[in-house]
Amino acid sequence: MSIESDIVHRLLEGDKRTIARLISQVENDGQEALDALVNLYPHTGNAHIVGVTGAPGTGKSTLVNELAKAYRAANVTVGIVAVDPTSPFSGGAILGDRIRMRDLAGDPGVFIRSMASRGNLGGLARATADVVKVLDAAGYQVVLVETVGAGQSEVEIARTAHTTLVVEAPGLGDDVQAIKAGVLEIADILVVNKADRDGAEHTVRALQMMLDLGTNSSTDHHGQLMRTSGTQGAAVYDQGWRPPICSTVAIRSQGITELMQAIADHRRFLEESGTWAERERVRATAELDRLLRDHLVQQVLMRIGPDAVDQAVEKIIARQVDAHAAVVTLLADAGLT
Amino acid sequence: MDRAYRIIIAKPGLDGHDRGAKVIARALRDAGMEVIYLGLRQTPEMIVDAAIQEDADAVGLSILSGAHMTLLPRIVELLKQNGMDDVMVFAGGIIPDEDIPTLQEIGIRGIFGPGTNTDDVITFVHAQLDHASSN
Repeated sequence: MSIESDIVHRLLEGDKRTIARLISQVENDGQEALDALVNLYPHTGNAHIVGVTGAPGTGKSTLVNELAKAYRAANVTVGIVAVDPTSPFSGGAILGDRIRMRDLAGDPGVFIRSMASRGNLGGLARATADVVKVLDAAGYQVVLVETVGAGQSEVEIARTAHTTLVVEAPGLGDDVQAIKAGVLEIADILVVNKADRDGAEHTVRALQMMLDLGTNSSTDHHGQLMRTSGTQGAAVYDQGWRPPICSTVAIRSQGITELMQAIADHRRFLEESGTWAERERVRATAELDRLLRDHLVQQVLMRIGPDAVDQAVEKIIARQVDAHAAVVTLLADAGLT
Repeated sequence: MDRAYRIIIAKPGLDGHDRGAKVIARALRDAGMEVIYLGLRQTPEMIVDAAIQEDADAVGLSILSGAHMTLLPRIVELLKQNGMDDVMVFAGGIIPDEDIPTLQEIGIRGIFGPGTNTDDVITFVHAQLDHASSN
């Protein structure tokens, strides 16, 4: 057996060290990563990827812990990817989501991996989608992805997950917050956690009102997301799915069964409506687009050499040339016009 | 080093004084490392499980309860059993001088007691891991 197929073999058997090492390779993005992904990609496409996002303090990690426990009780294997922010100053990070997931320790049907965002804004790390692929290929039936949780602008998860949960908590904002653009629009399921607190009913009503107001746009929200991000490809219309609002008290394991049911309902909706396939197409398009851009930029930079950009910057600062013209020159130097 | 090192910081056993562990975690973060902070009341099995799944480069253990001569060898043993011998293990807290030689023999690479300067820990971790990755 070649080395690659030996690794894939051990991955498919669920060997945790192999999984962990492959995840590291994928995260560090070297040639080994490419080889690894090529080998394991044919084995992906089975997991239900569930994103969990929401502002800090809404209880995402506790909710993820409770969901994972409930899935395990139903004999479903669970992978968890938890993303925390990298310090923009030191490049380091405290990855502290595992601390809320003690209940899952020692369970062979659970794999938890913490990731630092490494400078990526948008709620995920650049390699998160690829890390999810490793867990998918390794056979985990549900993969929960917990975003950084900085709030309003974390929409990236909607491109990676099949089902996106947006977690709210009472008392974090008034009605106007509920209708602002941004993260609430990507929700397939809205969760009001800490639902035992004052204001919980008010939060639920505010969210219902938001959904009522947005009936037209909510059926096209994924399509809009794709268009505004500049991604080419089919708009995804989620006609027939109104995001349910689930109330939970995660820390007391309340409301979790209903939430799991909502997630299962969404999966069935995706499959029966053909939207699952559409989302796969949108996701693959977005990913190909991103990788193409990254590689092209790298190629250009390699061709023009390390000083060319600095020199262009100097000219721009000296008002000798504007940035658009500078780019045209750099591309010509790279042989691309 | 062209990638961030991944360090687990954990408190095995029952002692609840986590300020030291948090100080070390924060210092390592400020030195550019990715710290997987497991917190209190971790069993050796939980720590080793995490080290496997997180593909940790090093594990730092904080013990102020006096149970270090039981917990530390157990953790080192479990790491070995799981083929994780290359994980660098270091410890801190209340560890009497007379226990240090034994702990070093079983594979604890650094022991940092009260009054430790965090810069020393950072230098130590860097030196150990830079050396390991160049081999």
